[in-house]
Amino acid sequence: MSSLDEKIEEAKKLSMHIVKESEDDKLMTLSVGPQHPGTGHFRFIIKLDGDYIVNVNLDLGYVHRGEEKMCEYRNYFTNIPHLERPVIHDSANITYSYSLAVEDLIGITVPRRGQFLRALTSELDRINYTLYWLAIYGIFLGHSTMFMWPAADRELVLDLLERLTGHRITHAFNIPGGVRNDMPNNFKEKCLSQINYLEKRLKEYEHIFYNNPLFRQRTEGVGILSKEDAIKLGVTGSVLRASGVPYDIRKVEPYDIYNEIDFNVQYMKTCDSFARAYIPFLDVRESCHIIRELLDKMPESGDVREKLLSNIKGPPGESFKRVESGRGALSYHLVSDGTSRPYRVKISTGSFRNIIALPFLLVGSKLGDMPAIYWSLNYWPIEADR
Amino acid sequence: MDRKSEIELKKKSLLLSKDILNSVVEKFGEKVDVIYDKRNRSKIMVNPEIIVETAIFLRDHHGFDHVESASGTDYPKEDQIEINYHLGSYVNPDLFPYVLVLSTKTSRSDPKSNSLINIFPSVEYFERETYEMLGVYFIGHPRNERFLLPEDWADIPPLRKDFRLKGR
Repeated sequence: MSSLDEKIEEAKKLSMHIVKESEDDKLMTLSVGPQHPGTGHFRFIIKLDGDYIVNVNLDLGYVHRGEEKMCEYRNYFTNIPHLERPVIHDSANITYSYSLAVEDLIGITVPRRGQFLRALTSELDRINYTLYWLAIYGIFLGHSTMFMWPAADRELVLDLLERLTGHRITHAFNIPGGVRNDMPNNFKEKCLSQINYLEKRLKEYEHIFYNNPLFRQRTEGVGILSKEDAIKLGVTGSVLRASGVPYDIRKVEPYDIYNEIDFNVQYMKTCDSFARAYIPFLDVRESCHIIRELLDKMPESGDVREKLLSNIKGPPGESFKRVESGRGALSYHLVSDGTSRPYRVKISTGSFRNIIALPFLLVGSKLGDMPAIYWSLNYWPIEADR
Repeated sequence: MDRKSEIELKKKSLLLSKDILNSVVEKFGEKVDVIYDKRNRSKIMVNPEIIVETAIFLRDHHGFDHVESASGTDYPKEDQIEINYHLGSYVNPDLFPYVLVLSTKTSRSDPKSNSLINIFPSVEYFERETYEMLGVYFIGHPRNERFLLPEDWADIPPLRKDFRLKGR
């Protein structure tokens, strides 16, 4: 047999195991996604007994780009633009932990003003991502006003980010050593006025969406993930905090200037889809406080970056750094062999860690509860596939 | 935060990691190597045959309950693949900022390792990913099969170093 045939045989052995439906089967197989508008680029295969879900098989990988392999071919700086592709609205956070990991490897510290600017973009991006997610959650529960409002208000945050970084999304703002450029002159006043407006709008969101009896009926008591199960499955971010574990990387392992910022970790003990939908909203509210505090405490002037050579060589070694992104802990495991390119980069994202809870929650629930449970997991398929 | 409390925190984290590492070395002796012990991060390298015992020991005696990440790294020169589990804890508040890297090595020609899925269920998808990206077979894992790659993928595992990207 030729080597190609062998490879094909090998591939057949490896290919995904799909259970075929037989005629006398009383179960119905339902494929949700990847074209289905309700999932994003992601598919899961559901087995139904009447209205109840009895089996769920996840099929990830429709947007797998091989980010980790690409990193091995580029130097520490040219990695930045492609690393933020997996989650373009939250690109500040996905490059944040990468920058932290590289700095840990090289052994430099970022100037104080640079640290503040990083935290500022990180919080603005958290708001940006969460508003986008909230819009989608709204529309898939049939609440079209909740799609329009956050999608429109998100533009204000995007304007701020454009002023600060030069781009609405995919800013490439965080780089190893600090941030790319300083804040523009009148940014502080503009930012404060937008944040004030946003806080006013958040009250209206709560009134129209979270206090809506229809929304509450569809989410309260649906998809219970108990504290023990959440810990066992190793979920992170809002999913974990909705199950009563007050674990926020910004608090438990503060990076940059987060140890000087006074904020509360948002968590709830009801463990249901409502809690998982409400926690990111509370996070946005907390982010508004943090932004105000950051602008207040930020030093008036100073360097924003430690200048590094563009082909800087990392000493041989490893580093593991994490940040709290919009979807939970986002960590990089970086291995260097002393050259100007990373030897191995492992990205562990919140989405990839949270999706393990989906089969766990769906089995035994009704098909009609599927969108409420699925979107409450705060899942971003592209980030999970990388 | 002032300088004094920072030094206090540093001391505390070092004492904590010393405590954990000493107890593991005491229990398993020469089969465990401490690779590094930095602030809030430590790495131990264990023999492949005691990886499950070490994981059980860490879970039961120190309260590690989930993996932050699990991955593999290919070292063609040494003909080995290194498997890393980044363990964390949601239960023990002292361990909140701490990540312990539990790693082991397996041969590159016949890569096999014991799965930790029964000790830490959160490794499920990480191990599946490592299986298809580096070809490491996890003994005891129920689904060593295709995951992220296309279904018609017919090449060597892509994160191995001898897999080259075209045009690079």
